[in-house]
Amino acid sequence: MTTITPAERGTLARIRRVGAGPDLPRPSRAFLGIGLLAVGLMVLAPMLLTDFRLNQLGRFICYAIVAVGIGLAWGRGGMLTLGQGVFFGLGAYAMAMHMQLADAQLQGEQAPGFMSTFGTELPWWWEPFRSELFTLGAVLLLPAVVAFVLGWSVFTRRVKGAYFAILNQALVFAFAVLLVGQQGTLNGSNGLSGFQSFLGFSLYDPVNRRTLYLLAAGVLILMVVIAYWLMRSRFGELLVATRDAEERVRFLGYDPALIKTTAFVVAAVMASIGGALFVPLVGIISPAEIGVVPSIAFVIGVAIGGRATLFGPVIGALAVAWVESSLAESFPSAWSYFQGLLLILVIALLPGGVASVLRVTQVRRRRRDAEDDGGSGGLHDDGAGGGSADGPETAPGDSPAGPPVAAVLGWEQKGEQ
Amino acid sequence: MDMILSQLVAGVSVGSILLLAAVGLALTFGQMGVINMAHGEFIMVGAYTAFVLQGIFGHAGISLIVALPLAFLVGGLLGVLLEQVLIRHMYHRPLDTLLATFGVGIILQQLARDLFGAPAVDVRTPSWLQGSVELLGTAVPVSRIFILGLVIAVVAGLSAMMTWTSLGRRIRAVVLNRSLAETSGISTRSTDRLTFFIGSGLAGVAGVTITLIGSTSPTLGMSYIVDAFLVVVAGGIGKIKGAVIAAFSLGILQAFIEFSTTASIAKFLVLVIVVAFLQIRPQGLFSVRTRSLA
Repeated sequence: MTTITPAERGTLARIRRVGAGPDLPRPSRAFLGIGLLAVGLMVLAPMLLTDFRLNQLGRFICYAIVAVGIGLAWGRGGMLTLGQGVFFGLGAYAMAMHMQLADAQLQGEQAPGFMSTFGTELPWWWEPFRSELFTLGAVLLLPAVVAFVLGWSVFTRRVKGAYFAILNQALVFAFAVLLVGQQGTLNGSNGLSGFQSFLGFSLYDPVNRRTLYLLAAGVLILMVVIAYWLMRSRFGELLVATRDAEERVRFLGYDPALIKTTAFVVAAVMASIGGALFVPLVGIISPAEIGVVPSIAFVIGVAIGGRATLFGPVIGALAVAWVESSLAESFPSAWSYFQGLLLILVIALLPGGVASVLRVTQVRRRRRDAEDDGGSGGLHDDGAGGGSADGPETAPGDSPAGPPVAAVLGWEQKGEQ
Repeated sequence: MDMILSQLVAGVSVGSILLLAAVGLALTFGQMGVINMAHGEFIMVGAYTAFVLQGIFGHAGISLIVALPLAFLVGGLLGVLLEQVLIRHMYHRPLDTLLATFGVGIILQQLARDLFGAPAVDVRTPSWLQGSVELLGTAVPVSRIFILGLVIAVVAGLSAMMTWTSLGRRIRAVVLNRSLAETSGISTRSTDRLTFFIGSGLAGVAGVTITLIGSTSPTLGMSYIVDAFLVVVAGGIGKIKGAVIAAFSLGILQAFIEFSTTASIAKFLVLVIVVAFLQIRPQGLFSVRTRSLA
């Protein structure tokens, strides 16, 4: 292409060195991290924790699975997904309906117990959830379709940033209201609970519960691997480029709406999987679990951990959930103050999350002794800027050297042809 | 016919509450393009102001009359504080303000819970606002008419301020083009601060009026904030006219859908309609024509 500015050369050098878009660990380090996570969650935790604590950790893992998706859509794609409760709820309710029907069948009844209390017949749309395969399909496809319709219609009209966040939030609000209203068919605000078996295995058996925990942990590891693979792919680079400079990506011939919708759909499916695992682990799903506040709570863990990093969302979600339940056990009101304060401080002072502390110092050190990088502008803006930039008009302060990745993309594209 | 008229009256009544909750938000959202999620909690603070004053005065009528200006002051000062400490540092990062001000909202909610307890409290309605009158064949509570009158007064006052006062002209200039306004010698800092004072003060007033139709709880703000944002988004940012039309349209729409279905399905459908509407007009009903290249 034409001339490359020093800042772009700096980013280029980094991308060559790291082998992927900015902010991503090298494959060796990423796999070391994934390995550590796997050993910690799947070997150490079952050895060290009591059954009760392990089950609790299982619940946090469900949140972490949602967080991986948010990290992709928000951290990498710049779309603040405030409505993940919708997708979490779709997955959770699909699974819960299946388990209710399976339990009812075991007891030789046609419909779940609460329906007879309200005097309702089994509605037709419950019927297919008798099948395990249909349920699995619903968990994976239903959120994908909803997210695609919403994302595609919103992103092609170039609705973004705050508007997108508000629409998402309104959607989750309406979804929770809708569920509360379904008294006779989904047990309203009480939600679905009292499950006895999962895929034919009794939930009262501690061995089965441990297996279920291991399943959740395994799914989390798998999701992290998928996220890493996506982030390293061309799609991942395009996603970051769209976040930083949507117009440039459009001029290069890509469709930003398609890129953003894809990330949104992936995040939605991950949230749905988290929800589907939540139900057998925790044993209840209700509108209170998925409303506006829980949806923002999903985001809080990601923000604190580090939205644009690979492990930040996972560690953040696990840590925040753990601190919450241990604090809330002894001081219920202290947690709210702590959560609010932490959110304000991290967002205001450390937009990249706790994970960025390491990076910020790293970049500073590197800038001091790296002459071969050519310039420091490109290094700086992808560190602290995080996912906050949702377009050139709103983030002039965030990217002083212009969006380097988009420039790199154009350059790389030419090299390939 | 009676049915249509009564739904219309119900819709206007819902719309006036929506508008009260949203008009301050429209002002602050338009001003800096940042999202103040704590706006709902400012509404809650206004409601608790009315509750505290009722305890001091005992007489429901007097306390309401004192509560309106005092809640404006309390809400306004909170808004200025928030703008000064947090929002002004982040107005290039609108999504981050959303999260940070949500943190403020969490703290205010918990504070209310610790001070007044989690259960809802009631503010007594003055005797002259009790009862109802026959209007177009429907019994309408007097308090609802009072709220409608108050909304009309607030919107008229706000429009007059935006049109004729120098502050209004300064606000419009900053909304249209912040840097050009700054270059022309307008102090954007003081304009921001004043806009936040007025916008947040209106949240306080909204809180007081909401006590007339329901009870007050720490989560009061949460139940209004989403609707208020929808009104602002559908109406177009920075336009009071847009907020007025959007609030009453959504209110009437909801009343009519609710009549043939249930409240929860109506809420859901209204949202779907707003999303569909934004497909046609992504900028809302009325968009501010700016000279910036956004």
